[in-house]
Amino acid sequence: MKLTGKALAAAAYKARLLAVDAVFTAASGHPGGSMSCMDALTTLYFNEMNIDPADPKNPDRDRFVLSKGHCSPALYSVLAERGFFPVEDLKLFRSIKGHYSGHPDMVNVPGVDMSTGSLGQGLSAAVGMALAAKHNGKAYRTYSILGDGEIAEGQIWEAIMAAAKWKLDNLCVFVDLNGLQIDGKTADVMPTDPVDAKFKAFNWNVISIDGHDFDQILAALAQAREVKGMPTAIVMKTTKGKGISFMENQAGWHGKAPNAEQFATAKAELEAKIAELEG
Amino acid sequence: MADKIATRNAYGEALAELGEKYPQLVVLDADLSGATMSKFFAAKFPDRFFDCGIAEANMTVIAAGMATCGLKPFTNTFAIFAAGRAYEQVRNSIAYPGLNVTVVGSHGGVSVGEDGATHQCIEDFSLMRTIPGMLVCCPCDGNEMRQAVEALINYNGPAYLRLERPSTEIVTDSIECYKFELGKGVTMKDGGDVTIIANGIMVPVALKAADLLAAEGISARVIDMHTIKPLDEDLVLKAAKETGCIVTSEEHSVIGGLGAAVCEYLSGTFPVPVVRHGVNDQFGRSGTANAVLEYFGLTPEVLAEKAKAAIAMKK
Repeated sequence: MKLTGKALAAAAYKARLLAVDAVFTAASGHPGGSMSCMDALTTLYFNEMNIDPADPKNPDRDRFVLSKGHCSPALYSVLAERGFFPVEDLKLFRSIKGHYSGHPDMVNVPGVDMSTGSLGQGLSAAVGMALAAKHNGKAYRTYSILGDGEIAEGQIWEAIMAAAKWKLDNLCVFVDLNGLQIDGKTADVMPTDPVDAKFKAFNWNVISIDGHDFDQILAALAQAREVKGMPTAIVMKTTKGKGISFMENQAGWHGKAPNAEQFATAKAELEAKIAELEG
Repeated sequence: MADKIATRNAYGEALAELGEKYPQLVVLDADLSGATMSKFFAAKFPDRFFDCGIAEANMTVIAAGMATCGLKPFTNTFAIFAAGRAYEQVRNSIAYPGLNVTVVGSHGGVSVGEDGATHQCIEDFSLMRTIPGMLVCCPCDGNEMRQAVEALINYNGPAYLRLERPSTEIVTDSIECYKFELGKGVTMKDGGDVTIIANGIMVPVALKAADLLAAEGISARVIDMHTIKPLDEDLVLKAAKETGCIVTSEEHSVIGGLGAAVCEYLSGTFPVPVVRHGVNDQFGRSGTANAVLEYFGLTPEVLAEKAKAAIAMKK
């Protein structure tokens, strides 16, 4: 599947609606960061990655690790929309009645390639997958999304060093620079700037983009595929809560569910955007 | 005197020998291959050896990622880092998704010696044992270790294997019909008055303690409980019923390890006196391995006294 243009954008906004619905239904979850990484995530699953929802364990498939695992609403919604499991199952997100755990669960949720949630660990798993591809002579690529708050974890930099050591040009990582985390601005909690220069200094290929511009996301992914001998970091500026006016750029929406009135507003805004894109 | 070899050496040699037979086996280390003895595998299979540098957390989760792609990783570092520093990585990225990784903790216990308390891990059984679904194993000599390595390569799931530093005698080669099976303890010596359940380098110590007890007319059974989890409950129950009291012996804190596992099981099934022989809720200290073991009372003499204490508590 290779969605582009407005169809790709519409898919991302549909996933946003599914995600905010899931969080609303569960009355729990992390909408802010789910919205900020949604355009990159949708591009991966609806354009870039070689995957088959009917064969989620195919050994030759591309891999994806959501290192910022608390954004499970984004991943589960994209997987459901892509056909890995029924969209109705999202009603069971975070529910004792289902198996859609609060953080991504590779054992029970079709399409999840790695269980994550404890920040700082997902990138190491992605390095292991990319290393295994080289070792096994497989052509698949491995993708990951990191949060900007997450990269305060020291293990992330261990993994960054290791990926450069083994010249993992089959590894492509998005860094979701939404600038906010639970306790406030990333610049105040633990400054991470300049993220691009840091990755460059660790011998990575670095591409800086607007994480809500699909042309830039696609161009960056295409460039990453051409680079040999080093892993790629796509450092993307994003808006936390993107697409839902009252959530945008508000740290308070990191891990909070909307009430019924707020959900109705979010739903109306997202449906209007989808209608505009599909119109 | 019997042959002596450190379990870490036997491990390293076995890994290198088995590399040919098991092409899915890959080995990771964190800059300690000369001490963990993964160096033998590294020399023979350089393309299947991944030195992750001094970054144990990263190594642990790289192994998890590799396991999702069908490889069988063995990670190597000291027990304190394998089970301690990277505890949460083992829990969340290996055990929770049920991945097929063997986490190897070398230099377990206080017999590390001179390096002292920072490097003497006496909590690894406890930490690893509380993780759901984790197999925990500590073989007692080089012979048993070789067989444990192959069994773990063939085991499908998260596992922890402890190695120890000093050279110790081979004791399992004199056992008739000795057969290694994960989760099955080995009766090293039969006896009727008390049972010593030991693992690792405390098994040879336990056999010596049994000799001391025999000289006083006390018949001690000795069980090598190389697998702490899952515990061989049938063998423990049989020992409790037939000898009426138990002494556990391990180069580990008396909190949370083999002794705790035995107590937890027996308290709910067939309560008998259990005396735990190990390190008593304190940090290790520097010294030669033998001096440190003696300092903490991890000797046949002290173990024999513990056995007599257990017998005295029998009703």
